[in-house]
Amino acid sequence: MAAQRKLTAERPGSLVHLPRTTPAVEELADPRLSDVDEWGRSEKTRALARRIYDPLYRYWFRAEWEGLEKIPTDGGALLVANHAAAIPSDAPVIMHGIETELHRPVYGMADHLFKAVPIVGTLWSRSGGVAAHPENAYRLLREQQQLALVFPEGSKGPGKHFSQRYRLRRFGRGGFVEIAMRAGVPIVPITVVGAEESMPIVYKSPALAKAIGAPYVPLTANMLLFGPLLGTLLYFPAKFRLRVLDPVRFDVPPDQERYSKSRVMDEAEDIRLAMQESLYEMLRQRRSVWFG
Amino acid sequence: MGRRVLITGLSSFWGGRLAQAIEHDPDVETIVGLDTQEPRIQLERTEFVKADQSYSILARIVKATQVDTILHTFLVVDSTRMSGRAMHETNVIGTMNLLAAAGASGSPVRQVVVKSSTLVYGSTHEDPAWFREEMSRTRAPSTRVERSLVEVEGYLRDFAEDNPHVIVTLMRFSNVLGTDIVTPCSKALALPAVPGIFGYDPLMQFVEEDDVIRSLEFTRQQQLPGIYNVAGDGRLPWSEVASLCGKRVVPIPPVLTGLVTAPLERLGILELPPEMLALLRYGRGVDNRRLKRAGFEYRYTSAGAVDNYARAMHLRHTVGDSRPAYKYDTEVETFFRHSPAVVRAPD
Repeated sequence: MAAQRKLTAERPGSLVHLPRTTPAVEELADPRLSDVDEWGRSEKTRALARRIYDPLYRYWFRAEWEGLEKIPTDGGALLVANHAAAIPSDAPVIMHGIETELHRPVYGMADHLFKAVPIVGTLWSRSGGVAAHPENAYRLLREQQQLALVFPEGSKGPGKHFSQRYRLRRFGRGGFVEIAMRAGVPIVPITVVGAEESMPIVYKSPALAKAIGAPYVPLTANMLLFGPLLGTLLYFPAKFRLRVLDPVRFDVPPDQERYSKSRVMDEAEDIRLAMQESLYEMLRQRRSVWFG
Repeated sequence: MGRRVLITGLSSFWGGRLAQAIEHDPDVETIVGLDTQEPRIQLERTEFVKADQSYSILARIVKATQVDTILHTFLVVDSTRMSGRAMHETNVIGTMNLLAAAGASGSPVRQVVVKSSTLVYGSTHEDPAWFREEMSRTRAPSTRVERSLVEVEGYLRDFAEDNPHVIVTLMRFSNVLGTDIVTPCSKALALPAVPGIFGYDPLMQFVEEDDVIRSLEFTRQQQLPGIYNVAGDGRLPWSEVASLCGKRVVPIPPVLTGLVTAPLERLGILELPPEMLALLRYGRGVDNRRLKRAGFEYRYTSAGAVDNYARAMHLRHTVGDSRPAYKYDTEVETFFRHSPAVVRAPD
């Protein structure tokens, strides 16, 4: 390379601007300064977040996994989990667990409402959050073969009253199944026990929620105990247990224009039932909310 | 027989540079340039015609010059350059007249290339990370420039449907940066400190001005029909864009943003149109792979375009404007083009 460049420079008559003969496939110069990827995720920020979060994961929630080997170590997969706690504590636990154990990034897909909030939206994006848009999910799963985490219950999961704990809400319109089919990746269901008790909702104000345009406005047990400020930040130290269920593969060709809606709904319902069954089983085995 | 080309917006950066590029093409026999103002760069063989804003004489020109290709670059995408009314006149009415002339019975026009902007996708928090050409925006357009561009694209779609024998190309350009072009983005980056909105660090995408001209030439020569996004590879945070330019970001409050920026705009310190403010919150990404699949090769990535712009800015700071100013003079230009005294190189 260096020899070549020298040759060109010594070519006689190079005062005349010669047209550059560039090879057909040449890497373009991309003078980046940060490691923020096209989704806004920065591995450096993520590593820092992991360092800060690790004590919480290890000593506060004492998260324990079962069946982690079922999560593929390469290729795309759509991770699906139940969703709970007023400020969901399950998403960071799942992302942290998989990233530290399997050393692969997990993109957490959440409502685009996050993106609109200053600071929170940016931090969320830098630490691996992506807006839950079907196009985003397809690109992550199909084209980039990444792990993406979604909560099919949406905000109905974390927004439910404590008395409804561990009862799965409706899984949207089964959009997650359709995306997995289109992307040709398996769905890996994960059930989480402990998140419900980490920040339980004791009272909800639908009127206030409607007024400010939020999905729900909760009063949590944490707020009652620790006060309004600390109560929104501090989780109860519930013991976290996570179980990975068998991956679900669909024998349909990827990249179709559309998929049978009834098939999609059936598959979504099957996954929901399997997860509900797994949750009940885990609860049957649980001796204590705090010690597992 | 050589091609006969009509370029609108000859005195804009786009039209002028495109005319210069086309002058090198031996297959193009005639180049006619249309604008409301005189050209600002030196052109060898392009014939300049002065028109009013909405191009009412266009039908006559098309008929008289028998052009087969129209390159419509005179769409205003920078809303700070014109009032809303003038922009509507230029973009919507101008395009309507242009398409009417091109679609008239017996019209010789066989190809129409229109320069639009990725502004048509908007910028909201509900957007996907990447827009493909066939996707539509998530919310109705709220700014004037976006509304007018969406309308223009609608007319163009109808035109393409009604005239299947005409190759219609619609190109949507991302934020352009380069040595010469001035845009709201480049103006913001040229300030001593770059404005940003507190708490937001959107992912931005850019395209270099040479790639812009090359892509327009590419679609014209390849006669590619359809819609194409034109943008560099990758996206980078606004804060990184600022540091590549060696600047710091000055945060503007995220609430009552208009209240803060309005007086500064009044003083002429800042120029942040509403579509730029939205971009500084949510950014925008467009998928550029369709044009690449057609065979186009970019020379710059998004970060490369920013870096190149930063270098040009450094140079300008040191030596001032390096290019000699050009003044269009009708008599001089007529002399060079038509006087028998001028010896023209034999082809």
